[in-house]
Amino acid sequence: MSENSSNTKLVATPGQTIGPFYGYALPFEKGEQLVHPAHPKAVRLHGVVTDGHGAVVPDALLEIWQADENGAVPTADGSLVRDGYTFTGFGRVPVDNVGHYTFTTVDPGPTEPGKAPFITLTVFARGLLNRLFTRIYLPEDTEALANDPLLSSLPEDRRRTLVAEREADGSLRFDIRLQGEDETVFLTYPNLEK
Amino acid sequence: MTDKDQGPEEAFVHLTPKGPDDAADTQADLNQEMARITEQYDASGAPETQPRLDYAPYRSSILRHPTKDPHHTDPETIELYAPAFGERDVHRLESDLTIQSGGEPIGERIKIRGRVLDGDGRPVRNQLVEIWQANAAGRYIHKRDQHPAPIDPNFTGVGRCITGDDGSYEFVTIKPGPYPWKNHHNAWRPAHVHFSLFGTDFTQRMITQMYFPSDPLFALDPIYQSIVDPKARERLVAEYDHDVSEHEWLLGYKWDIVLSGSNRTWTEGDSNV
Repeated sequence: MSENSSNTKLVATPGQTIGPFYGYALPFEKGEQLVHPAHPKAVRLHGVVTDGHGAVVPDALLEIWQADENGAVPTADGSLVRDGYTFTGFGRVPVDNVGHYTFTTVDPGPTEPGKAPFITLTVFARGLLNRLFTRIYLPEDTEALANDPLLSSLPEDRRRTLVAEREADGSLRFDIRLQGEDETVFLTYPNLEK
Repeated sequence: MTDKDQGPEEAFVHLTPKGPDDAADTQADLNQEMARITEQYDASGAPETQPRLDYAPYRSSILRHPTKDPHHTDPETIELYAPAFGERDVHRLESDLTIQSGGEPIGERIKIRGRVLDGDGRPVRNQLVEIWQANAAGRYIHKRDQHPAPIDPNFTGVGRCITGDDGSYEFVTIKPGPYPWKNHHNAWRPAHVHFSLFGTDFTQRMITQMYFPSDPLFALDPIYQSIVDPKARERLVAEYDHDVSEHEWLLGYKWDIVLSGSNRTWTEGDSNV
């Protein structure tokens, strides 16, 4: 994209599919637990990954990265070997045999006053030739959601694919549709090349 | 389909517009499809550097690629940073895949060395690199890998390291074997090592595969060919480097990885992050 804008720019190495055999390598103990389930503010974030026929995708790997409950960007290491107390902001989980995933986390706070809080999500799967990025917005602050630059640039039927649903027990529900009618909005950023 | 029929990569029965008889396609059919896409790309004149998500010769991509273009977004606070990893997360010995069990794994001992850089050429320091691969016989440690090749009890094929101050990484491992998969009849993946990488921004997150020079399977492999630009896909091929090879011990390969550019406005302090 910007190969000509500066002579120091390097062309990015291409991505490739995660394939089916990451199971022994990437998942790690408590990868899905950004906080302990007994944490007073623990929230379940869960959903299902589906393909263009609406069939569940049983071999996807998901990663989230988010601010803490006060909106601070975490800087602590220790995601792979969790001490049970430090909030590192990073989680990784393979979906189960029916395409379902669960993270245990906290609602992120807004990173800047008035901003709509969201969790970033990266999707990897066999059959997916490069990773996909998206955002999981919290549904509560409707004013901030209405003013959000990304959401307000989308038509309503697309916009709602990015806003999680708050369930009766306080869980966040966020499904990921890789293809089709209700396809999730996936994102690209200025630094990414085609 | 019984378990016995299932090979690596396509262990799940899934419907695609081609139907469950995908494996009936011959390599010649695949080559024709891939050649058609190459022709269209050559005629388009619009250079591409990343794989296509919609690349039908890789059958599993047919129902798993988004049909809508990704939405352009300016990254916000959290997206301008990446998770931190360090010594707490990764032990130094995890970068040597040949010493993880009691005995020596079988195969050609190799070292893979390189640097992780961002699009501006800055080294990505103190960041996590994860790899996984098949053993010398082309078999993964995975319950769904049913390829009838031997498991090596002394090889898991999994490694991790944290990059140095100059963005450098290094793994000692065994050269992986090629293996068959179910994309089409007599389909074989070129030998490869999977790499998982983080940058300084979350938007630089990527997973890819490193290949070995002069593999005869490159032209036949729809995953490699999904990067339709020849120069772009050659960026995934490591270089044999005799200076990395060690006397009477191992052969050396060199492979640098460039992540996308950082979106952050870099300050003096950031350069040490």
